[in-house]
Amino acid sequence: MGEFALLLRFIRNGLRAQMLYPTAFLLRLVTQFTVTIVEFGGLWALFARFGHVRGWTFPEVALFYGAVSVSFSLVDMSTRGFDMFGPQFVKTGAFDRVLLRPRAATTQLMGFDFGFTSLGRLAQGLVALAIAVALLGIGWSADKVALMLWAIAGGTALFGGILVLQATLAFWTVESLEIVNTITYGGVEAAQYPLDIYAGWFRKFLIYVIPLGCVVYFPVATVLGRSATAGIPAWAGALTPLAGFAFLALAFGAWRIGIRHYTSTGS
Amino acid sequence: MAQIRVENLSKTYRVAVRDPGLAGAARGLFRRRHRDVAALDDVSFSLEPGELLGLIGPNGAGKSTTIKILSGILRPSAGRCTVGGLVPWEQRIAHVARIGVVFGQRSQLWWDLPVVESLELLRDIYRVEQAQFARTLEQLVGLLKIAPVLDTPLRQLSLGQRMRCEIAAALIHSPAILFLDEPTIGLDAVSKLALRDFVKTLNRDEGVTVLLTTHDMHDIEALARRVIIIGNGKLLRDSSFESMRAEVLRERRLFVDFADDGEPGPLEGARIVGRDGRTVEYAFDPARIAAHTLIARIAAAHDVADIRVEDPKIEEVIARFYALHGAVAA
Amino acid sequence: MSALALPYLAILRVRFQLMLQYRAAAFAGFVTQCWWGVIKIMVMAAFYAGHPHQPITLAQAITYTWLGQGLLGLLPWNADTDISEAVESGNVAYERLRPVDTHALWLARAVAQKAGGTALRVVPMFVIAALLFPAVGLGDWAWKLPQTAEAAALFAISITLALFLASASVVLLNIAVVALKTRRAANVAGTLVNPLSGMIVPLALMPGWLQGFLFWQPFAGLVDIPYRIYFGNLAGGAAAAGITAQLLWVTIFILAGRYWLAEVWARVDMQGS
Repeated sequence: MGEFALLLRFIRNGLRAQMLYPTAFLLRLVTQFTVTIVEFGGLWALFARFGHVRGWTFPEVALFYGAVSVSFSLVDMSTRGFDMFGPQFVKTGAFDRVLLRPRAATTQLMGFDFGFTSLGRLAQGLVALAIAVALLGIGWSADKVALMLWAIAGGTALFGGILVLQATLAFWTVESLEIVNTITYGGVEAAQYPLDIYAGWFRKFLIYVIPLGCVVYFPVATVLGRSATAGIPAWAGALTPLAGFAFLALAFGAWRIGIRHYTSTGS
Repeated sequence: MAQIRVENLSKTYRVAVRDPGLAGAARGLFRRRHRDVAALDDVSFSLEPGELLGLIGPNGAGKSTTIKILSGILRPSAGRCTVGGLVPWEQRIAHVARIGVVFGQRSQLWWDLPVVESLELLRDIYRVEQAQFARTLEQLVGLLKIAPVLDTPLRQLSLGQRMRCEIAAALIHSPAILFLDEPTIGLDAVSKLALRDFVKTLNRDEGVTVLLTTHDMHDIEALARRVIIIGNGKLLRDSSFESMRAEVLRERRLFVDFADDGEPGPLEGARIVGRDGRTVEYAFDPARIAAHTLIARIAAAHDVADIRVEDPKIEEVIARFYALHGAVAA
Repeated sequence: MSALALPYLAILRVRFQLMLQYRAAAFAGFVTQCWWGVIKIMVMAAFYAGHPHQPITLAQAITYTWLGQGLLGLLPWNADTDISEAVESGNVAYERLRPVDTHALWLARAVAQKAGGTALRVVPMFVIAALLFPAVGLGDWAWKLPQTAEAAALFAISITLALFLASASVVLLNIAVVALKTRRAANVAGTLVNPLSGMIVPLALMPGWLQGFLFWQPFAGLVDIPYRIYFGNLAGGAAAAGITAQLLWVTIFILAGRYWLAEVWARVDMQGS
């Protein structure tokens, strides 16, 4: 059975385990959706009070918001094993067992505790996107749709890379690290807005260090025809999501170093 | 052709030293001290296919470290090691596909899943073909007597049941080599016997190479003809258990149940080492005086209800061995 | 009395020591809070730039944000991980073996964890945001001190109540995890607490028609009420009302928790898990 097929099997098992208590499962899903929608409502409330933020209107910001939510929710669902890597695998020594199986550690970790409740956030992201599309009234050509999907893919790769890095750090610090929650949840919070509302140094950080700007701001601004506001030529917006994949590749490089460290120092 | 080859294996850990108390903990925020601990020191041995080897030693001697290195989940600091021609930690996936490992008190099965589903998942992980899986499963279920618990989630099983399922899980892919790290720890007597029986059968009938670490000397007694004793990370002995015993504690014990109360008086050739009511325990050196000579002597002088001759308990032999070699618990 | 308190004090001490051990986590946690504070402030400033006149000023919103980051550890995000692990390994019955009142024990544990975790983070955060920022000319982005002694005193009371409210919430989450036999029972916590406490948007900036509800719901007492008391937005009678609301909810949570826990233990005693 190939790696992907095995992952699907893990996911199916996880789903069945969660569906053993269908009402509880549905409740959690609905709760997460409700809460993330309320967060989106918070955004709306701010716009209701302030009207606009540096020239960006609510539907425009909702498009950024939705893209980030969708990317993050996809990663949140599939990387619980990485997120809880410290306490669940390093501290308990359970990672030994992962290494004792003739499979990539990544596959096993992705299959660990697949977070179906994140479908709630995914739904919220889709709702935000739907609202944005409904209120924006721009023509959705094939290339705009493709660019949105490509941006979301890049965002997924970027957040995935962040989670892998978080797990890698756990090899050294053992506990689950809040600092990475800053980058994930903080990144979600920051990238929900077009980056030009932030001070220059922060914007640069979000473009060159944690390239959220590359996977959200630039492509979505391009879709909105506002690439000039973003300060990039229109064609560049189509390429920047690649940064997310580059980040992911680097993260896995660090991960491999982490595994080497783990096997050198024992659990 | 040795299947498992260990040459000059050494493993040193760097351990943080914590000062006690609240002040020490606060100090630890800013500066950490370390010391080096040698878990393994120049250990060498080899195993032929189909051998059953017992690895014993005091706590912290390095037994688990050895198993971890042989499994490939720990890299040694120095030395070489091959298992079936592969270097465990360098060719991880190829290596672990061919071994089974059981850690006592730790389960690899999924907590919430019925046992059989865990085993099926392992079948997929180890890429075992369905027909082969069905055969192996039937055999293991029969030998380990786990048919009644197959549909139960793991968390509802007792430790004994869990260990038996654990062994099954380790053998789903029919590995040629099985590592057992303290498998009988915490088990009830019946489970221990069942487990020993199974391992013996597996080794004898299927030719599976078994490397077993244990504290329980009865495991050794039941299973291992060859033992390796590790103390303070060093290999202290690699021989049959009998030859070690012969060197360390030649003494045998004579238990005499006297028919009446009263002082038995000294017995020539033996010394009294214990007494319990009417039963007196004598120690003697079989090289100097034969058991039957002593028995005759006692029976001639006293009214005796029962006599038996025993070897000292394994624990005593081992404890004496450790003491002789200065092997202490870490 | 001190003999009764001894086991709880012992727990408090052990927890604090454990927390000091993970110095890397402590430092990382601090950096986390700084970053998060900065993001929120920048967002706030960008919004306020267009429309500066609001129920709370930008400076107050900024102080609110810093308070939120510094005191983040006080919020009840999840059940006690020890309890979650005990439940999943089937060892939860051992919690019953200790000769202490479980609810009080868990409450003490939560108070210790939160107080300890927060104490580590809030001091450096305060030093940076309240002292350093003004010193380097970033006074506009700083964490301002309370304007009056009255505000400071009321804040001390209010934040202590917030600590107990949060701890009582954690105990409720613990009970939920034991009752439902899974750590996932507590997942709902963070997502409810975040908006309703005022951590996402200060409650005063929410639409006017929601203000009444928002003030009296339990989680306002975790963040919004103490912070608004801090910078004087809630003073005098309004502050008293806020503190009353906190007291009310602490009492309700603790009583509800004790009642629920008794039921759960009854079930554990019957079924063994």
